[in-house]
Amino acid sequence: MNEKPVHKWERFTFRERLARFTVFLGFALALSISLRSVEVIPEFLYDAPVQIVDLLTRMWPLDLGYYPEGIHAAMVETLHIASLGTLLALVMAIPVGIMGANNIVQIPLLNWLAKLILVSSRSVNSLVWALLFVAIFGPGAFAGTVCIGFRSVGFVGKLFAEALEETDPGPIEALTAAGAPWSSIFLKGYWPQVAPAFWGIFLFRWDINVRESAVIGLVGAGGIGMVLDTALNLFYWDRVSVILLSIFVVVILAELLVTSIRKRVI
Amino acid sequence: MTGSLKAEYGSPFKVNWWARAGWMLAVLYVMYAANYLDVSWARFIGGLGNGADFLGEMVPPNFSRWKLLVGNLLETVEIAVIASAFGVLFSLPIGLFAARNLMPPWITWPFRIFIALCRSFHPVIFAILFVKAVGFGPLAGILTLIFASIGFIGKLFTEAIEEISLKPLEALRAAGAPFSSVIVYAVLPQVQNRFIGFASYQFDANLRNSTMVGIVGAGGIGGTLFAAFQRFDYDFLAAILISIIGLVMVSEFISVQIKKVFQ
Repeated sequence: MNEKPVHKWERFTFRERLARFTVFLGFALALSISLRSVEVIPEFLYDAPVQIVDLLTRMWPLDLGYYPEGIHAAMVETLHIASLGTLLALVMAIPVGIMGANNIVQIPLLNWLAKLILVSSRSVNSLVWALLFVAIFGPGAFAGTVCIGFRSVGFVGKLFAEALEETDPGPIEALTAAGAPWSSIFLKGYWPQVAPAFWGIFLFRWDINVRESAVIGLVGAGGIGMVLDTALNLFYWDRVSVILLSIFVVVILAELLVTSIRKRVI
Repeated sequence: MTGSLKAEYGSPFKVNWWARAGWMLAVLYVMYAANYLDVSWARFIGGLGNGADFLGEMVPPNFSRWKLLVGNLLETVEIAVIASAFGVLFSLPIGLFAARNLMPPWITWPFRIFIALCRSFHPVIFAILFVKAVGFGPLAGILTLIFASIGFIGKLFTEAIEEISLKPLEALRAAGAPFSSVIVYAVLPQVQNRFIGFASYQFDANLRNSTMVGIVGAGGIGGTLFAAFQRFDYDFLAAILISIIGLVMVSEFISVQIKKVFQ
């Protein structure tokens, strides 16, 4: 009797397994090299629990009386920076997003340029943008607003371009065939299709920007961060804890607001 | 003639008064907020002159101190790699414990609050606290980004687990498998691919953030960048910014490749 040929079932091909193995190996290698060469002073690590406990005892009890006199106005300013900055980002993201959508602008050079603008906006951190605009416009909320705007363009523009690329070409063809001008094609063909995504992106980014605008003040761009910076420099740890608590509360409230609007409207 | 057509038939589209009111409100808000924040056209024009000077000094970028630049970039990458590894490692159990379909409420709540805490503070705030706690240097940066990673991956991972199909779990439980086997054979295979996606995304995010934590003294290229700013060394600053953008682009490319491998 001949033996039956044994079928060996494999989930992945050899190449797939090799690729996976390479990724894991590469990451393990990078990790071990990093762990060996990073300059960590072990004494600092052993000392850390003591220092953290010390920090926490200095933060307690909270100096809640500081909220009305020092924090509230700065918090309102922070929220305005976040909202106005997000609106600025939307205004800037519309042309860049259109330029980046390769079904609307069919010039590879312009697509590529838009992509470069969007990547630059995203890869430069909000604090670095804040530093740049504080140098240009001087310290204050104005620099912060522009910083939030420039930082968010990359995110909003990228998602907006992707939404534009996913639109159904049918209505656009119909409008073009009827001889509609470019502005009508955009307003009545593209815009209704991307509007829900657009407002969704706006809400999502506003939520992120509330968090970001709370820290850009550390380099002088206005808002609650400036109050935090002062308290840190003067070692008023009981005030620092109140500021952190109020940031936490505002961020959670913003997130709840955004989730409830998204559930209801979109 | 468009005019006569319009007169005869009216506008082809219905006017959406709600949308118009919304736009009006937005315009009013912008005017109010701009006034509140002292944002004005004059300041913008004034700033443009400064901006032009600033850009003028940034060109050409000065790469002459490339040794310092490369050393700092390496430290930045090291911080991101270590923080991603430990962040992912810690968010695995934390995500499991926070999933409401696997654990009773008295276990999930503390973990969910911990994740929310990690997520609601910007990494810079963690960085400041850790610099005070463990001193200047990359260790503070690593700890910061570990917490940031837990906040992000922990949340997404919890959501992914809460969406899994419970049938394999039931089958394993019915067969008498211990809890650890249920996790390994029923839960993890269902979320593995998404988890790898989150992890590679988080590595990207960590790399971006590790260029920033140095501004408050937590290691990486941020410290050099901040110093260049304060010394008005704008041509070196331009070199640093260009190399950060380059680094981020390379890492985005790598993470796209990794996602392809695991699709």
